[in-house]
Amino acid sequence: MTTDPGTKTRTASAETPPLPGVWTIGLQRGGVEIKQFFRQRDQVIFTFAFPIVFLALFASIFRDNLEGTGITASQLYVPTMLASGLMSVSFQSLGISIAVERDEKVLRRLRGTPMPPAAYFLGKIWLVLATGVAEAVILLAVGSTLFDVDLPATAGKWLTFVWIFVLGLTGCALLGIAVSSLPTSGKSASSVVILPFLLLQFMSGVYIPTKELPDWMLSVGSLFPLKWMCQGLRGVFLPESAASLEHAGAWEYDRIALVLGAWVIGGLVLCLLTFRWKSKQDG
Amino acid sequence: MTAHAVEVRGLHKRYGDVTAVDGLDLGIRYGEVFGLLGPNGAGKSTTVEILQGHRSRDDGEVAVLGADPATADRAWHARVGIVWQDESAPAELTVRETVTHFARYYPKPRDPDAVIALVGLEAKAKARIKSLSGGQRRRLDVALGVIGGPELLLLDEPTTGFDPGARRQFWELIRMLAAEGTTIVLTTHYLEEAEALADRLAVIAAGKVVAEGNPAQLRAEYGTYATVEWQEADGAPRSERTRTPTRTVAELTGRFDGEIPGLRITRPTLEDVYLRLTGQEVAP
Repeated sequence: MTTDPGTKTRTASAETPPLPGVWTIGLQRGGVEIKQFFRQRDQVIFTFAFPIVFLALFASIFRDNLEGTGITASQLYVPTMLASGLMSVSFQSLGISIAVERDEKVLRRLRGTPMPPAAYFLGKIWLVLATGVAEAVILLAVGSTLFDVDLPATAGKWLTFVWIFVLGLTGCALLGIAVSSLPTSGKSASSVVILPFLLLQFMSGVYIPTKELPDWMLSVGSLFPLKWMCQGLRGVFLPESAASLEHAGAWEYDRIALVLGAWVIGGLVLCLLTFRWKSKQDG
Repeated sequence: MTAHAVEVRGLHKRYGDVTAVDGLDLGIRYGEVFGLLGPNGAGKSTTVEILQGHRSRDDGEVAVLGADPATADRAWHARVGIVWQDESAPAELTVRETVTHFARYYPKPRDPDAVIALVGLEAKAKARIKSLSGGQRRRLDVALGVIGGPELLLLDEPTTGFDPGARRQFWELIRMLAAEGTTIVLTTHYLEEAEALADRLAVIAAGKVVAEGNPAQLRAEYGTYATVEWQEADGAPRSERTRTPTRTVAELTGRFDGEIPGLRITRPTLEDVYLRLTGQEVAP
């Protein structure tokens, strides 16, 4: 509410300053989203502990080296747990939280303010980026100290990691925003979102190596981003010899980029077509 | 620019086979407190939701601050404050964080601390929202409704679930906002609330405005009957509903020698008028 002493008369534009920009509000939304996430202690602990607990579990069950590749099963699980952890902080987290926010009329309240709709989604992206980075740091720290995973030595491999991280996380986040429109209430949201995610984890080679999956199952898994995120991250964190464990016998980075890129574009279209600000009973 | 803050002509809204709003007209002036009064299901909430731009209409013309809410832009939303009926706020944030955050959506917000003080939540400014009582949450809702410094404030049954003390505090808050020049539209099914707050009110029944005016006008216009009650010589109570109570009393004075036992003349209250207008009158 300051007036510029330089202006002689109060013009109409001086009385109504411009509306705050989308990026500015998006950043504010991001701050609020991150604050809310990290204040829910139990949610934070379970979100980040989940992949580590599974990693420890699988590493204890499968202790052998894998057929002459010189890698251990636990090394194999670090990248796949990271991929599924990234999908959980994007797809699962947004799918559930947006459905709950819609049901509890948080979205309706926001729509009654001059907040631009895009700022809401920007806020969610900041949240997913922050939790995704935290997930990666924690899992890689555990993986490299306890499970003999070597962090990439070359800038090229880190670059590969970054684009898989960004494309995979974005695609899964968009898929999560789209899936949030499916549950009819906030209460049913976690069941509706978690079952397909769990199935997808099995079909994408998170828990069971892709070579041991039936062909039809792998074909279904190959339609979604998770299988390609797992594969790409194995390429980044495992030695070259491990490529022989892949179904194709190679890391297939071009196909990974293609599928993840297609999901970013397709997911965006899906969100624009299906997103609902109102709950179903609100009509 | 229309002369009215809210102008509604021939509004219709159906949900399937149910007609919620059936040819409703309203003209709400700038700066007034306007009450929409009616029983549950009369179409109050639907009407307010259409004014907010959150519900589509089937037919009719609506102008709120000179614009159609259905196609209004961000600048319009910055001028209209909304206090919802059933809302949740971010549980993990504090009152101050939430009000400060919402202030950033607006081009010319009010000072967050001043707004927190206005709704009487200073003592709770640093408390997480999840720790607030129901009444405190409603006050936060009001704070979020007025943080943008709206020209028009739309409140849908703002005091439902309040205890009498909280309701009176809330009325004071509405009066303060009205004194600052904010146009206020509120729905209620509490008559005393409409009478205490509204400069003018419209009684809605079955999706139509059945009466409009200030509370005294409504009483005068629709409450023309008075009820004269007395006791007969044998002690039996009698009553007569009449437009001319003075004549009835004069007749009684002739019949009784001196005092008329148990004489009482009652004019209808706003509640009687309301019940008659909305077809809920209990036969005397």
